[in-house]
Amino acid sequence: MTQLAVGTPGFRNRPALRRRRAKSAVLVGLLIAAVVVAVGVLAWVLIYVAIQGLGALNLGFLTQTPPGNPAAAGGGFYNGIVGSLIIVGIAALIGIPLGIGAAIYLVEYGRGRLADTIRFFNDVLIGIPTIVTGAFIYAIWVTRFGFSGFAGSLALAIVMLPLVTRTTEEMLRLVPNELREGSLALGATRSQTVMRVSIPTALPGIITGAMLAVARAMGETAPLLLTALGNDLFTEYNPAKRMSTLSLQIFDNAVTGFQEGQGRAWAGALTLIAIVLIFTIVARLFGRRVRTSNA
Amino acid sequence: MPPPAGVGGGIAASSVRVAPTLLKRGRPRIADRIFGTGVSITGGIVLVVIAAMIVFLVLEGLPAMQHYGFFSFITGSRWTPSTAFPNVSHPNPYGILQFIYGTMLTSIIGMIIAVPLAVGAALVITEVAPPRIKGPLSGLVDLLAAVPSVVYGFWGIFALIPAIKPVVDFLTTTLGTVPVIGVAFQGPFFGVSYFSAGLVLAIMVLPIIAAVCREVFRSTPRNEKEAALALGATRWEMIRIAVLPRARSGIVGASLLGLGRALGETIAVTMVIGNAVLHINGSIFSQGATMSSVIANEFTEATEPFHLSALFVVGFWLLIVALIVNVIARLVVRRGVAL
Repeated sequence: MTQLAVGTPGFRNRPALRRRRAKSAVLVGLLIAAVVVAVGVLAWVLIYVAIQGLGALNLGFLTQTPPGNPAAAGGGFYNGIVGSLIIVGIAALIGIPLGIGAAIYLVEYGRGRLADTIRFFNDVLIGIPTIVTGAFIYAIWVTRFGFSGFAGSLALAIVMLPLVTRTTEEMLRLVPNELREGSLALGATRSQTVMRVSIPTALPGIITGAMLAVARAMGETAPLLLTALGNDLFTEYNPAKRMSTLSLQIFDNAVTGFQEGQGRAWAGALTLIAIVLIFTIVARLFGRRVRTSNA
Repeated sequence: MPPPAGVGGGIAASSVRVAPTLLKRGRPRIADRIFGTGVSITGGIVLVVIAAMIVFLVLEGLPAMQHYGFFSFITGSRWTPSTAFPNVSHPNPYGILQFIYGTMLTSIIGMIIAVPLAVGAALVITEVAPPRIKGPLSGLVDLLAAVPSVVYGFWGIFALIPAIKPVVDFLTTTLGTVPVIGVAFQGPFFGVSYFSAGLVLAIMVLPIIAAVCREVFRSTPRNEKEAALALGATRWEMIRIAVLPRARSGIVGASLLGLGRALGETIAVTMVIGNAVLHINGSIFSQGATMSSVIANEFTEATEPFHLSALFVVGFWLLIVALIVNVIARLVVRRGVAL
């Protein structure tokens, strides 16, 4: 800076400016490289799974159960797809209403230290390892009633609950207070105000949050190992019994060491990714304002 | 932004006075009471679940803890269920130090790779990219979080490990032969390893850190950025002067959140770490196990005496570590985003 006094500023400054610009270009270039790496890895994963999966995917894969021998060709993950839908479906029926209820409490009823504590530990629960959730359900449920699809649903409901609570809470906070006050001034009770004003106004965002939670639950494997356990002998429709899921079948077949089993696992991975991505993308389009990461 | 509870309550009370017919029927008020109680109970579920988790993991782990002693687990680093006998309590065959080490090491490797990438990606999305591609770009980075863990593990085995093998082989023959620090980079490299697990973890926590960083950067004051640019700062200088100093605690919080996720990640790690449970391996290119991977790997086959109970002890320590990291992370993030 003191150099400016000597000679004309422009002349003295040009190399310094050039250096600063070059430094900026290099560092911003590095930042851009970081994005390229992130997006590149995403593309690598998706394309690799698509190529491997398409090679093994056929109608039989979606309509048959696996052959008893992992080295045998043919068969499919029909039982796992059914299991995933049933287990995640029940988990959604438990987790989504409870999550919305908790969010209603936090926004419309709760105040003071208790609400703050609940909000805080809801965020903490999002970060609890899902394998621990599985172990917890094993301890309170499986030790009494045995491995079952329903036990898996319970574990996944705990995974979904805090996610639904968080997005629903954020959406309910966006509802203008004037709407609530107007409703109350017209003589509606608080529950009527919540159910007929707050919830309908926030509904698109709530649906987005619920769909993202469902997508997350679809991909979970670890808690199901300890609860639903898996069952590849036949297609189980009764959630009171052991059940397989798509994610469990991918895990089991990926590590078999037999090419045929791995082929089925790739087809399964492609199916699972397709389901999860469709849910995620549709959810994003539904409510653009919602944070879509599970951070 | 507090809820309108106080205000709403007042208005509701006065509205009842204005419309006595509602009061006479009585039902709306009862329904209201039931609804309020109901949502309050659902709000409390979170606290109950976390408390119950701790209680039940301790209860299930209690037999092993009573038999071998509370601290004997975290002082031993040898996990040999086949040498466990119901009437022998010393030495403890269920040492878990190597799992704690594996969890720490893989998470640290993951963080070293993920944090710079995530911060860079978040900076591009908030400060560098043209407005039109900001949305799609952050959407793509978010999609990294949507890919299921089991798919990352599977892809890790068949795509990532073969791709990094030449690089790692080169490192083991160069860095691995350097006297002191070489121990950490020694071969042979069989593919599955701490390093592979750390790499997969990096990919999995990157979108989480990036998402939080994005919000932190977005909340830095716009007028300071514009002032910096108006005074002739280059784009990097603007980031360094007006964005990064304000975002420091937010970045730390975001990283801790990512760390919390990395510590507990299970299936992908189980698939690429090798599940070697016998001792601590010094080289990052050797096989190992983490707290979560040993639970996933052995839980349904735990038939030795105290085996299952010992796995619950592992789960208990994992829960404690995850709780501590997440609580600290949330406290820091809250301060960081709110500035």
